[in-house]
Amino acid sequence: MTLTLHRHSVQTVTFGDKAGIAGGTLTVDPEALRDHLQARDERLAKIRIGLARPGEATRIVCVKDVVQPRLKKAGEKAGTGTLCVLDDVAVVTCGPIVAFQEGIIDMSGPGADTTPFSRMPLVVLDIDVSEGVSPHEHEAAVRSAGLEAADAIARSCIEAEPDVVETVAWDKSKAGSKLPRIAPGLPRIAYVYLVLSQGLLHDNYVLGRNAREGLPISVDPRIAFDTAIVSGNCVSACDKNTTYHHQNNPLVAELLRGHGTRWDFAGVVISNAATRLADKQRAAEAAVELVADMKADGAIVSKEGFGNPDTDLMMILRGLGQAGIKASAITDEFAGIEGDSQSLADATPEADAIVSVGNANERIRLPAMSTTFGPLPDVTRLAGGYPHSLRDDGTMEVELQSIMGATNQLGFSRLSCREV
Amino acid sequence: MAKTIRAIHCLNQFFGGLGGEEKGGLAPQWFEGPRGPGSLIQQLAADIAVVGTVVVGDNYMAEHPDEGAAEIVALIETEIAKDPALRPDLVMAGPAFAAGRYGMSCGAICQAVLEKLGISTVTAMHPDNPALDIYRQTLTVVRAGADVMGMREAVAGMVRVGIKLVAGEAIVPETDGTIPRGLRRNYFADATGAERAVEMLMRKLRGEEIRTEYPMPVFSRVTPAPPVADMAKATLALVTSGGIVPRGNPDRIESANASKYGEYSLRGLDHLSAESHQSVHGGYDTTYANEDPNRVLPLDVVRDLEREGRIGGLNETYYATVGNATSVKRAEAYGREIAAKLINVGVQAVILTST
Repeated sequence: MTLTLHRHSVQTVTFGDKAGIAGGTLTVDPEALRDHLQARDERLAKIRIGLARPGEATRIVCVKDVVQPRLKKAGEKAGTGTLCVLDDVAVVTCGPIVAFQEGIIDMSGPGADTTPFSRMPLVVLDIDVSEGVSPHEHEAAVRSAGLEAADAIARSCIEAEPDVVETVAWDKSKAGSKLPRIAPGLPRIAYVYLVLSQGLLHDNYVLGRNAREGLPISVDPRIAFDTAIVSGNCVSACDKNTTYHHQNNPLVAELLRGHGTRWDFAGVVISNAATRLADKQRAAEAAVELVADMKADGAIVSKEGFGNPDTDLMMILRGLGQAGIKASAITDEFAGIEGDSQSLADATPEADAIVSVGNANERIRLPAMSTTFGPLPDVTRLAGGYPHSLRDDGTMEVELQSIMGATNQLGFSRLSCREV
Repeated sequence: MAKTIRAIHCLNQFFGGLGGEEKGGLAPQWFEGPRGPGSLIQQLAADIAVVGTVVVGDNYMAEHPDEGAAEIVALIETEIAKDPALRPDLVMAGPAFAAGRYGMSCGAICQAVLEKLGISTVTAMHPDNPALDIYRQTLTVVRAGADVMGMREAVAGMVRVGIKLVAGEAIVPETDGTIPRGLRRNYFADATGAERAVEMLMRKLRGEEIRTEYPMPVFSRVTPAPPVADMAKATLALVTSGGIVPRGNPDRIESANASKYGEYSLRGLDHLSAESHQSVHGGYDTTYANEDPNRVLPLDVVRDLEREGRIGGLNETYYATVGNATSVKRAEAYGREIAAKLINVGVQAVILTST
C-alpha cells in the first residue's frame, strides 16, 4: 500500500475566473467558490473571500481553522492512493467569534513570527452565519465550509501536472511475527497522538467519526496526510491542532524520514482527551496497551489543549514508564505572564523528557494593521485577549495564547521556553 | 580604544579598601573611578569604564537595607547631577561570593537601582548566598565561587553578562553562568519541537543524558479540612472558577488567565437566571451555563437546602473567577484571599464548583 503525493508548489495566489494552477500561480474564482459554498449550506449567510499574503499589513481575527488544499485523485482507503496537494497555501476560516477560543493570524510584524500561517498566501473565508444558528451549528457550518473550499481549490488543480511526485513509504515491520524486522538493531518508536474530544465545541474528527467514539486506535501514520484528522474544536488558538497541522503532522513526517535508517517507526496510536476522569483512565490504559502491542522500545506523545489534557498526557507517560517503554513528550506551558508560576496542571515523575513549545501566557504587542479580516473588536473576548487588549490606535496587547499555532504541541514550530 | 559602557561599581568597606569588620558601619561614600575589583573590571573589559565607585559598610546595609539602598541611589543621582557624563549604563555590585551581609547589600542596591533609576544591574554570588532567597527572581546574579579565590572568574562573568544586559540581549543561565531566576521565558530554538522530541527520545533510548526542557513542578498538597459536624448549623458559601458573573461582567474578568476574582451579592436572589448572570469563562462551551447559570453556581438548590433547614445559612456574597489558563500562582493567591475573607465572616463550609 502506498501513498503518492502529487505536490504543486504555489508561489502566488490570485483571483480570476479561470480557477486552477499554472506556472506556480494558483487562481481562485471567489464568486464561483462563494456560490458553491452557499449552495450547499444555507446556514452560510455571508461569505467574504479575500487573500492575505506574507509580509502584508493584514490581520485575520477569530480564525477557526486552517486547511491545506489536498484532494484524493485515486484510491479509497485513508492513507493510501494518490493525493493532489497544494503546497505553501491554505484556506483560513474566520468571522465573528463562536466561542472564546479562536485565534489571530498576523501576516507581518512580531505576531507573524509566532504563527506558521504568516509564511504562505492564505485564501480567507470571512463567514457570517444566518441569524438563529446556534453556536454548535455555527462551528459545524464554518468547519464544513473550510474543508469544502479547500477541496474545491484542489479540485481545480487536479488535472495539472504536479511539480513533485512523492511516494510516502511505510514498510511496517511486524513486531513479534516471524517476518524480519525492518532493520535489526534499530529502536522501535511509536507515536501517541492525543486529540481533544470533549464535546461542546471541543471536538475533533478522526476517519470521519467524532473523536469521542472509538479511540484509542492504532493507525497507519499516513492517514494524517490524507486529511483523516479534522479539527472541530475551539480550544485556545495557540495549541489547538488545526486541520493544516494534522495534514502536515511534523512528528509523523520526522518519524517517517528516519524510518528504516535511524529507527523503526512502529506506528501511530490516536488517543483522546476526554472530560471524565474514568474516560481518561480508560483511554490512557488502552493507548499504552496498544503501544506495548507494537513491541515499541520508545514512544513520543503529543498533546492538544492544556489544563485537563495535561492529565491525559501524564497518565500516558506514567503508563508507558510502568510498561518499560521510554518516552518523550511535547507540551506548552501556562507559566503566567511573568513566567513565575508552575506551568502545568498535572505532573508525574515519568515525565522526565519534555519538550516545551513555549509559555502561552507570555504577552506580545501587536501593531495596528491596515487590512483586517473578521470583526477586530472580538479579539477582546478571545482566550488570551483582554477586555482592554485593543487600543484606540489599533495596536493590541495579547497573550501568545490567542495566536494561531503559536505553541503547537505537535512540535510544528521552533518556539521553546527555558528558565532564566 | 574608547570605552563605550559607563559603569558604577558598588563595594563593601573591605573590597573598597576602607577597612575590615571594624568599619562595617560605614555610611555610603562616593569615589571617582574604580577601586579594588573595579580595576579588574576595566582590565577584563575593554568596553567598560568604571566611572565611579560607591563603598558602603556591610553592617550599615544589614541594619537598614532599604534606607541604605535609597541613600546610595540618591548619592548616584547627586553625582550624575553634578556631572552628567557619569550617568551609567550599568551598575555593578560585588562580587559578594558566599558572604551573607555583603550579598544582602549587593541585592538591595541592585534592586533599588533597577526600580528607581531603571538602569541595568549585575552582581555575583555563590549559589548558597542567603541573599538569593530574596533577590533570585528579580536580579541578574552571576554564579560566583564561595570566596575571593573566585574573584577573577566572577568579575569576568559580571563583565560578560553586563555587556549583554546593556545591549538588551537575553541572559541564559546555562550559557551565561547566571543563577536561574525561576522565570520561564520563550525563545526560538534551532530545531522544531517535533525534531527535538525525536532526538530527546533517541538519547533516552541510547541511555545518554537528557536535558528535559521542563522539569516537573512540585505540587503543593492541601490537606482537606475535617467534615463539618452539623451542616444544619453551618454557614455555607459558594465559590466558583466557572466564570459566573452578573450579566455585563461588571469587573471585566478576563476569559482566560484572569487577573482578578469578583465578589457579588446573592441577597434577595432565589436563583440565577439567563437575565441576571452569565459565564465569561473561555475554556468551555458556555451555552448551557448561560442558559441556566445555576448549573455552574448552584444557587437554586442551595436556597432549597436553606429553606429546608439543612444548612444553617448561605453567605450572601459569592466569589467567582475564570479558571482557564490562569497560572497556578495566581490561583493560589485568589484561593488564599477568598478563604481569609470567608473565615473572617464565619463561613464553615464552601461549595467550590469548577468547569
